[in-house]
Amino acid sequence: MLSSRLSRALFRTLMVLAAAMFLLPLLWMLNTSTLSEQQAASGQVLVAPGGLGQTAARVAENYRRVWTDEAVNFPLYLRNTLIVAALSVVGMTLSSAVVAYGLARIEFKGRGAVFALVLATMMIPFPVIMAPLYLAFRELGWIGTLLPLWVPAWFGGAFNIFLLRQFYRTIPRELDEAARIDGLGHVGIFLRIILPLSKPALAVVALFHFIYVWNDFLGPLIFLTHRDQYTLALGLQMYQSQAGLTPWNLLMAASAMVIAPILILFMLTQRTFVQGAATEGLKE
Amino acid sequence: MSARRGIAGWVWVSPWLIGAAAFLFIPVILSLYYSFTDYPMLEPPLWAGVSNYARMLEDPTFWLVTKNTAIYVAVSVPLCTILALVLAAVMAGRSRFDRLLQAAVFIPTLVPLIAAAMLWLWMFNGELGLVNRALGLIGIDGPSWLTDRAWVMPALIIMSLWGVGQSVVIYIAALQDVPRQMYEAAKLDGMTAPRRFWHVTLPMLSPVILFNVITLTINAVQVFAIPFVMFRQVDGQNPAGYFYSMYLYDNAFQYGQMGYACAMAWVQLLVIVALTLVMFAASKRLVYYRAA
Repeated sequence: MLSSRLSRALFRTLMVLAAAMFLLPLLWMLNTSTLSEQQAASGQVLVAPGGLGQTAARVAENYRRVWTDEAVNFPLYLRNTLIVAALSVVGMTLSSAVVAYGLARIEFKGRGAVFALVLATMMIPFPVIMAPLYLAFRELGWIGTLLPLWVPAWFGGAFNIFLLRQFYRTIPRELDEAARIDGLGHVGIFLRIILPLSKPALAVVALFHFIYVWNDFLGPLIFLTHRDQYTLALGLQMYQSQAGLTPWNLLMAASAMVIAPILILFMLTQRTFVQGAATEGLKE
Repeated sequence: MSARRGIAGWVWVSPWLIGAAAFLFIPVILSLYYSFTDYPMLEPPLWAGVSNYARMLEDPTFWLVTKNTAIYVAVSVPLCTILALVLAAVMAGRSRFDRLLQAAVFIPTLVPLIAAAMLWLWMFNGELGLVNRALGLIGIDGPSWLTDRAWVMPALIIMSLWGVGQSVVIYIAALQDVPRQMYEAAKLDGMTAPRRFWHVTLPMLSPVILFNVITLTINAVQVFAIPFVMFRQVDGQNPAGYFYSMYLYDNAFQYGQMGYACAMAWVQLLVIVALTLVMFAASKRLVYYRAA
């Protein structure tokens, strides 16, 4: 009895240690962002040296310096990212919802083929299309603007269409029939029945697309040309590549600023998040 | 009625069809066409036959990036899959304790790739990084992870393991679907926990594992942002950290060789399709599909 209890305690300790390994790099980053440049480079593990008062002062100083850096304009990059994210998330969620309705609720010849095509496009890697896309956007005069980063979202995304279609299919058809008897057409059924009932799935789509935009690096790297249009991901990379002069404490403060909004969003919407992440594995 | 309904369907799916035509299908076809041309970006494309494809065979950099990418995929995908399965198996419960562990493992997958790259530049820093300080505690003199060519790949693979949380969450969701009776029966038969994992859990999860392995592989083949940020310094590219998508990007946007870049992109697409088909075929005997 005792040995089984002991092995259970040992097992739990091991699991906590394993989980801690995943968080350690983030804690190390946060801690570094609270140190002065000399302390970060001192080769010692320091936690809040000089007491809480001094630490708070250093934190304020580090984050202020990152925020007001003259060469790398973080407030502007944040604004750009939020503009792209807002336009892109709204477009992606709306258009995917519409297309998914067509695939889930309207019978028409060729529906199966369209659905198969949606699934097939999920396999196309971005590098295959990035050169022709760049050339096409250049013809349109879109290079060096934010347009390439959000306009395509208004035509829906394959995975999101798939996810919403699967969700719509769980909504009982009888509701549609009742609405039809009440004289509603497809637009009415979509707006009054399907959309209100699929809020959780729409939230998953919006959330995941927001994170996608926030993280996207290759798109901004290719399509943006002026520093004034950079998004946060690109700006952070620039901050680091300034000839490697950026001190570690500031670099970690900048990274923390890019990570924090996503982590806060995660804390607020944990359930939606984990459900969404899990459904990504259940595409069949 | 039925004709009108037919049109209605096409109207509802038309946003995606138009977008996919403009941003996917036409670019894919153009990319195929450009891959048979000489296209120095600022001038119109000139037909060049298969010369771009022939050039790959003799391009040492092409083989270097292909080799690096192949090694990365071949090592990181199996390791990630094994680690994810083990973690999922030990923390699949619904208790508060298990949920906290799951959150801890999942959180790193939320970190934007660029921020992750910064974070690990600091972790792997030769003198000051936490990794080498920890190794120092147990008397090991850690390598220069970021500059020593032999240690670049291990560093990248460790980072890929850090991002295993997405797979863990997927496996946990699948595990919670496995009927409890199956475990009860296996227990009654006297199976030990590791044997239950091998004979019950793995077969029941196999369709999800297959799907996840394919997704991980497709992503790993395209690895770009992290090595791009970490191994391209002012003094040039570390060859050990040079990957297929990075060389493709360089050809297209640094050297202005659109034709060659598109040929490389098509080879990448064909490799992805081939790998997917091979995995499906090879898994026929290994994957167990429950009758629906």
